[in-house]
Amino acid sequence: MNALQDVDWPALGPPLIAALAAVAVLLADLFLPPARKGLLGGLAVAGLVLAGLSLLPLRGADRATFCLAADPGLCSYRADEFALTVQLIVLGGALLAALLSLPETGPASRHPAAPHPASGKAAAGNGAAGKETPGTGAPKRDASGTGASGGAGEGSLPGGEFWFLLLCSACGATLLPAARDLATLVVALEITTLPAYALVGLRRRGPGPEAALKFFLTSVTATAVGLLGISFVYAGAGSLHLSEIAERLPDADPRLATLAEAGVVLTLAGFAFKTAAVPFHFWVPETYVGAPLPVAGYLSVVGKTAGLAGLVLVTTGAFPGYGGLWGPVLAVLAACTMTAGNAAALRTPAAAPDGVVRLLAWSSIGQAGYLLVPVAAAAYTAPGDALGALLGYALMYAVTNLGAFAVAAHLARRHGARRLADYAGLYARQPGTALALAFFLLCLAGLPPGLAGLFAKVAVLRSAVDAGLGPLAVVTALNVALALAYYLRWTALLFRPAPAGSPAPPRPVPPLAAATALCALAGAAFSVAPQLILGLAPGVLR
Amino acid sequence: MFPLSETTLRLLLIAVLALPLLGSGAALLPAPPGLRGAGGPERDVLRHGVTVTGAVLAAALLLAAGFDHGQPGRVQAETDVGWISALDVRLHLGVDGISLPLLVLTALLTFLCALHAYVRPPGGGDPRAFVALMLLLECGTLASFAVLDLLLFFLAFETVLVPMYFLIARWGGAQGTPAGRAAGEAPDAAGDPADPAADPGDSAEDPADSAGEGTPGRAAGGAAAAAWKFVLYTVLGSVVMLLGLLLLGLDGGTFDMVALAAAHGEGLSHTSQLLAVLAIGLGLAVKAPMWPLHSWLPDAHTAAPTTGSVLLAGVLLKMGTYGLVRIALPAAPEGMRTFAPYLGAFAVAGILYGALACLSLVREGAAGDLKRLIAYSSVGHMGFVLLGIATLTQTGVNGALFANIAHGLVTGLLFFLVGSLRERTGTTDLDRLAGAAGAALYGRSPRFGGLLAFAALASLGLPGLAGFWGELLAMLGAYQPAEGLSRPAYATFLALAALGTLLTAAYLLQVVRRVCMGEAGQQPLPDLHAPEYAAFSPLAALTVLAGLCPALLLDLTGPAVRGLLAGVAG
Repeated sequence: MNALQDVDWPALGPPLIAALAAVAVLLADLFLPPARKGLLGGLAVAGLVLAGLSLLPLRGADRATFCLAADPGLCSYRADEFALTVQLIVLGGALLAALLSLPETGPASRHPAAPHPASGKAAAGNGAAGKETPGTGAPKRDASGTGASGGAGEGSLPGGEFWFLLLCSACGATLLPAARDLATLVVALEITTLPAYALVGLRRRGPGPEAALKFFLTSVTATAVGLLGISFVYAGAGSLHLSEIAERLPDADPRLATLAEAGVVLTLAGFAFKTAAVPFHFWVPETYVGAPLPVAGYLSVVGKTAGLAGLVLVTTGAFPGYGGLWGPVLAVLAACTMTAGNAAALRTPAAAPDGVVRLLAWSSIGQAGYLLVPVAAAAYTAPGDALGALLGYALMYAVTNLGAFAVAAHLARRHGARRLADYAGLYARQPGTALALAFFLLCLAGLPPGLAGLFAKVAVLRSAVDAGLGPLAVVTALNVALALAYYLRWTALLFRPAPAGSPAPPRPVPPLAAATALCALAGAAFSVAPQLILGLAPGVLR
Repeated sequence: MFPLSETTLRLLLIAVLALPLLGSGAALLPAPPGLRGAGGPERDVLRHGVTVTGAVLAAALLLAAGFDHGQPGRVQAETDVGWISALDVRLHLGVDGISLPLLVLTALLTFLCALHAYVRPPGGGDPRAFVALMLLLECGTLASFAVLDLLLFFLAFETVLVPMYFLIARWGGAQGTPAGRAAGEAPDAAGDPADPAADPGDSAEDPADSAGEGTPGRAAGGAAAAAWKFVLYTVLGSVVMLLGLLLLGLDGGTFDMVALAAAHGEGLSHTSQLLAVLAIGLGLAVKAPMWPLHSWLPDAHTAAPTTGSVLLAGVLLKMGTYGLVRIALPAAPEGMRTFAPYLGAFAVAGILYGALACLSLVREGAAGDLKRLIAYSSVGHMGFVLLGIATLTQTGVNGALFANIAHGLVTGLLFFLVGSLRERTGTTDLDRLAGAAGAALYGRSPRFGGLLAFAALASLGLPGLAGFWGELLAMLGAYQPAEGLSRPAYATFLALAALGTLLTAAYLLQVVRRVCMGEAGQQPLPDLHAPEYAAFSPLAALTVLAGLCPALLLDLTGPAVRGLLAGVAG
């Protein structure tokens, strides 16, 4: 027996390159002079692009590595279609989030974001601040504690730490969908979320630290609960490999049956937190508002996708025999999540400060509800079809949601209060940006011309109808109508005549424009050929 | 009429669908140098709208001419290519005797609307956006009549929403009634027809007020609220319909309408037929609209600009009844048979409700709005269509399809006329318009008044005009409903529907009395002018033609309906 394992390095490419890039950024941060810290962003973007490219040679193959020497069928890492698609979403999402962050990090920042209103009192004065020319808006709040950013405005993020944390988190999220044992899964999940706490709290002023603490405490509780569940499951099954658990847990000692079931439920609860499912969703709006906008976008797409992938792996991978147990639970969770998210999003007032972020936060909770529908459906049908719908929806959601965040980040450079009302008349001033945002919102709502969203919703509903989950399908359908109200309200705002005397939108900056254009192009491609995202057919997870 | 090869027909049908879509995108781009006219970019884009809709109409007429009238039951001009294999969605297009008249009607009405917009530029917003939205709307409506795939039908159904929402919200409401004018006396307020009566600054959306408001509906006045109501009702209906379509497609094993219709519900369990018809029926009933799901309609019609009202009444409502005939009737006959009596009951309730609402609106001192009145009369007319479908007989369904077309022609004409009336007098409020004495349009504007009376008579179902045959056939169907349906129940429906025709006649004659008659000697109003003749005469001529030669339409729909009903009769 060979003590040394054969490791399939190319299969490991995506997480490995992300990790190497993280280390490279950290080291470069030490040696680069402050004036050249701008290179760090480029380095991080290059690393993410490279990691994404390393997915290409893996397409179509089903490769596995870190297998047990005694039983080569049991592997801890598997790069199958499911894993590769989620890795694509994660790396693409991280890349877009990185593009959104570029203007906010390092000394390259010439247009610091307008001041962030920390309280209602600050918001009152914000209308005046917003009208001032960029750079003069925040002299008195110019923070000295922004470290490496070298004297940029308080809006800028410390470059080195930021890029390192982002790449670390992306590395964890890339590792997660390929993990095939519970230990690797939990480790990957923690690598994903631990840097995220720091990312949320990276701006030391404003509500960031408090949001980070809230995020941290709830998240750690969920992890602890999940670990407890995993230990129960281990007691029942005697293995951490998903396929072994799937095989052995139902045949476990009958005296352990209750323990096994409790373990299944507790493990699910742990993962449900990461997807921000009800009742673990309360941290989301506060955290998104407190976090820098690109980080909020990152969490809404990458964090959610990673949590969802973990949920799929434990449900269909480890507990397929317990479908009767987790199927109804997830169906109820999905229904509650989408209803809570959409109802709250509907109540977001247009004039409130941070309304945009709050709306996007609640809408992302609503979307998480739709994403849970196929997972619940997988309990009742062949999981392949349901997972295909899930991946298609996740791809559509990633592209359009980050597109919306890109436009929001663009406008937040002038309108620091991030109110929905700031979007009135955008079409008259920047038709391209307005049309792109309208397209993203209609995709999220699932209305033509956002065909990608429409067909992704059809696929999700179809999985529910196919699984015989009639009530869930009806709740989902009603929620689609409910969600339309706020998406269309925002869209309609764009095409209003611009209010007199409102400040002109900021000039586009290349990274943000590139991110918007990338998302718009991808969304348009998915709309013309929905087969691209809906044709994915991940087999049974092993 | 003259033979065209199947390939030509196929290309024509694709052109009919693709032209408005391409034109909609092109409307947003600046005009190329060769196409720039003297009137500036605004005229250019409105002319672009006329050109595109004209080309679509020409293609649709050519398609109708080349259609094999010997076999109207067969799907012709068929295209069937795969699109999204993961969802079994195929680009399956084709026309038969049921969809062809609706296709031509849509092309015609949209062309007339474009013409109307060219003569009377819509106030309230960028004309580029107006034309783009109108063309997108045309694409969606044409597509919903031409597609033969369930999910594509849903897509077409949804495509209509966004353009219609913006047409109502942006160009609706206060259009044509500037504040000073609306407050003044009606006779003094006669607008100069050469001057576009709309004031862009007075559009429903006051930016300063609405930008900061949480609910745009309240801030932007009635138009935005009505637009919201329209969208929310329709979307609620259409997502429920989507569930029904998915159930039908998944249980039936295919999403192809032709295959599902040919199967006549075989392979579908009774339960799934019931659920599918319930869900699909609910969605379509919102659109049709069926009482009591109609309450979005009067507001939307009242708020919409003329173009929006004409297209809403003339075309969009037909999508609901067309869907019932095309999808629910053949694909789930058992479900239809179970729900038909309920559909009939609701249809009759709609007929009576619409007529009674109109009667109360037309009373003196009720401050009834003419557009609102026509909207309620639509509820009644669509009630006849639904009653015809509910009989599940050859006669009834043919009558329903006929009434569909007739309603499109007549109500389209009525909305055009009321729009012109508002341009002339500044109001559509009956009391302000007619007062106690009557508006005396016969005397002040004889041709205009005559045409209005003609349209009202056509609408009440005068024999010899289009409105007559559809309602007669629908009631004839109710006299002898399909086997297995309760005869006494349908006899009751018949009696109530007959009462409805009486009430309809009563309110429409009242309208004629109050608007067209009156004391002589009032200030004359401008009479019909050339562009109005051009817009109104095709509709009036077709109304007469359909009334005198109903066989033209019935020969088209008859054989196709026989094929669809084969499952119900068995």
